[in-house]
Amino acid sequence: MATIPTKPAEGHQSSSGFVYLPLIAGWLVPGAGHFLLRKWVRGALLLVSIVSMFALGLAMQGKLYTGAQDLLSLLGMAGDLGSGLLYLVSRMLGLGADPVQTTVADYGRVFIVVAGLLNIIAAIDAHNLRTGRKQ
Amino acid sequence: MFHPSHYAAVVLYAFFASVVFGITMRSTPRNMLRYGAYCFLLFTGSAILVSWAMFLIAR
Repeated sequence: MATIPTKPAEGHQSSSGFVYLPLIAGWLVPGAGHFLLRKWVRGALLLVSIVSMFALGLAMQGKLYTGAQDLLSLLGMAGDLGSGLLYLVSRMLGLGADPVQTTVADYGRVFIVVAGLLNIIAAIDAHNLRTGRKQ
Repeated sequence: MFHPSHYAAVVLYAFFASVVFGITMRSTPRNMLRYGAYCFLLFTGSAILVSWAMFLIAR
């Protein structure tokens, strides 16, 4: 039985190189996965949106999750870790260490978690672009 | 420090989330813009509707 060779989608990048590089780069630095694929505008918009959301969260005195004391903290930390280097550098600088004491600080905590989750979506999008699943 | 009102926080959240949703969920620039605007309207519109519902329930 003859098999039809699969044709790569239009806009599919070169198949050489490490296929997971845009995914990992996009996770570490927001938009970096798209920059690697020469999607400059998309990458810049993702970078500005995610970094702004993370920075606004810290400016609102939002807290960074530092450990998994309970299930909710574990989920919050998973979200925070989605920001990649933003989270690690902020932890090293001692940012977001204060406990949440105001309503605005609670909004800030949510901004930080959601920035991480959005970054995960962006990194997966870069991976889909790399594999040709998306144009 | 930054102390936005609740509504300003909702608008900022909706804007940034909508930009990411638009870029990642659609393929062409035109569709990205349309889907981002759609998400933004849904985020902010639902926040206004739920706020009014809570206001009326509390009365």
